[in-house]
Amino acid sequence: MTLEVLLVEDSPGDVRLTREAFRDAKTNINLHVATDGVAAMAFLRHEGDHSQAPRPDFILLDLNLPKMDGREVLAHIKEDDDLKTIPTIILTTSEAEVDILKSYQLQANCYINKPVQLEAFEAIVKSVNYFWATTAKLPPRANGG
Amino acid sequence: MAKEVLLVEDSPGDVRLTREALHGVDASVHLHVAIDGVEAMAFLNREGAYSNAPRPDVILLDLNLPKMDGREVLARIKTDEKLRMIPTVILTTSDAETDVSNSYRLQANCYVTKPVQLEEFEALMKNITDFWLRKVKLPQQARH
Repeated sequence: MTLEVLLVEDSPGDVRLTREAFRDAKTNINLHVATDGVAAMAFLRHEGDHSQAPRPDFILLDLNLPKMDGREVLAHIKEDDDLKTIPTIILTTSEAEVDILKSYQLQANCYINKPVQLEAFEAIVKSVNYFWATTAKLPPRANGG
Repeated sequence: MAKEVLLVEDSPGDVRLTREALHGVDASVHLHVAIDGVEAMAFLNREGAYSNAPRPDVILLDLNLPKMDGREVLARIKTDEKLRMIPTVILTTSDAETDVSNSYRLQANCYVTKPVQLEEFEALMKNITDFWLRKVKLPQQARH
């Protein structure tokens, strides 16, 4: 089965590294990218150009994003009865305690710190991919759409 | 600082295997065990004998439990302002879709099915422990 993953990330470099790390892993993943919070919500709600967008099996969400930031995207996802079951993984350079706590209060599924070092970045993306694509049982797609 | 893990599990065999796997990954982990849902809530709310219980960094929660089942424990954790930020991993033999989707709806942080095979169980516990105790950033304020 191919998993649909939505990456919400504005840095082209991080998008590329994430894509490469996913490609190296032995899971079939369709990676969709939204470069700001507004585009992420349009994708999730099938609005505009995204009318055919698949429902993601999980979401990788940066916190610092243009237009609508990741905290607000997270709040919108977790307040929406249809979207709240999608595992949402915060992937950010922020190590601020307030960001970590706030994300868990908003019901982020987990919080991962993006390392600056290239190898460490690849390793953590692979761990995240392995855990969520292989170890965790993801919510059934039929449920809610 | 040693991590505090609360395991809510009524099967002594699974408790023992989980303890061994956890300590295989990180010998400093403090594993606390509640054998039913009522005891788990008493631990989390620091009631009775648990007045000095630490706030867990991570909760591993079985769904099928005596007295109060895991679904209700999960619902109580995730609707409590003081507890909801604690990552709660559902660890169960059930792979019923309704359990999976209801758990995510109640905001379980993740759902993992327990394999029956011993070696698979051990590998799974190592993987869970490594991910949640080493890779994930846990909320520090949850401890206070």
